[in-house]
Amino acid sequence: MRKILSSAVLALAISATLGAAGNPRSDAKAQVKFGIDLAQKGLWRDALFFWEKAVEIDPTYAAAFNNLAVAYEHEGLFEKARKAYDTALALAPKNESIRQNYEFFKEINDRASRRNPR
Amino acid sequence: MIARAAATLASVVAVLAVAACGPAIYETPIETPIKPKLDTSPFQRVLVVGFVAGGSEDVDANLETVRLLRSQLRTKSSLRVIEADPVSLLDAAPAQARAQAAAAGKPAVTLDPAALPKQIRDEKDIEAYDYLFTSPDYWKQLGEEFQGPLIVTGTVLFTPYARTGFVQRENESVDAYGRRSVEPTKTYMERKGYILRPKFVFIDGRTGAVMHSEIFREEVLYNPNQETPALSSYFELMDRLIPGFLGTLSSQKIRGMRVLLR
Repeated sequence: MRKILSSAVLALAISATLGAAGNPRSDAKAQVKFGIDLAQKGLWRDALFFWEKAVEIDPTYAAAFNNLAVAYEHEGLFEKARKAYDTALALAPKNESIRQNYEFFKEINDRASRRNPR
Repeated sequence: MIARAAATLASVVAVLAVAACGPAIYETPIETPIKPKLDTSPFQRVLVVGFVAGGSEDVDANLETVRLLRSQLRTKSSLRVIEADPVSLLDAAPAQARAQAAAAGKPAVTLDPAALPKQIRDEKDIEAYDYLFTSPDYWKQLGEEFQGPLIVTGTVLFTPYARTGFVQRENESVDAYGRRSVEPTKTYMERKGYILRPKFVFIDGRTGAVMHSEIFREEVLYNPNQETPALSSYFELMDRLIPGFLGTLSSQKIRGMRVLLR
């Protein structure tokens, strides 16, 4: 009986791993998590690479688009950041964190594009 | 035996579940770079010439603005600051008006030197001098003297100002039990202060053409019991608008927090 249960646990772990590998959201999540670790170490360009990969794997993943937008902001790529925020909000319109990030971004974007007439 | 094995299985599943979840929100500091409004790459040097200044007589707004901008540019921009005596544009203005009128072929009323206000008190007075900046020959000639730098000039109006109205104050009181409380109360009072309204004009010293100009406006009001010297107010207001001025010439970084999601 013990043997049977041990095999069941092993089978469960293997199937979980295999399932994760085959599921686009799980793949994208892994990319997003890795990107967060890099961003927290200040490696924003590397993080950007992983988040771009994440949205490519799963174009319905709002969190990945949010993180991508933040990375674009960090790189000063405002137009790309705006598009990524728009997608993130379209995918998760009720997400307060994304909305808050977008509000901060808009403030800076307005400041950057503000031009007084001559 | 079966119960023990089931418990092991449950704990393995629980560990896997916890590992899979973890925190979903990560607050992260970011620095957003903002590009300068003006492409200063063709220039290696900057000349803060001088300003048409008016308003309060307690502050020499021309001299103070030249000094302050030069010191800021020295430390916060990559351009080399040219040290030259500040030009009094008010003195140069009549001759410039005559030259412009002569170039136009007939004496234009708007460029009549006698029509220029001797004392600048308000925005209307200072705007009469705006023609100075649309005279490329003058700026080109000045630029040639300094090998074609980026020229910074403009107008500075620093005027006293008073406003009467309700001001919210906090009144502190202590009750019979020694408990302190703070209550906001509105008081009607006249407050005095200053308005600073500079217009910065950036001119290409090689051609004399205006590249960019920008108007800022800041004001400060003090309670009647506050004695603040005019010069302190001038620096307080300039402090607020200096980042905007520097943002025209050099890139800036804005610090903030963003939420990363999983």
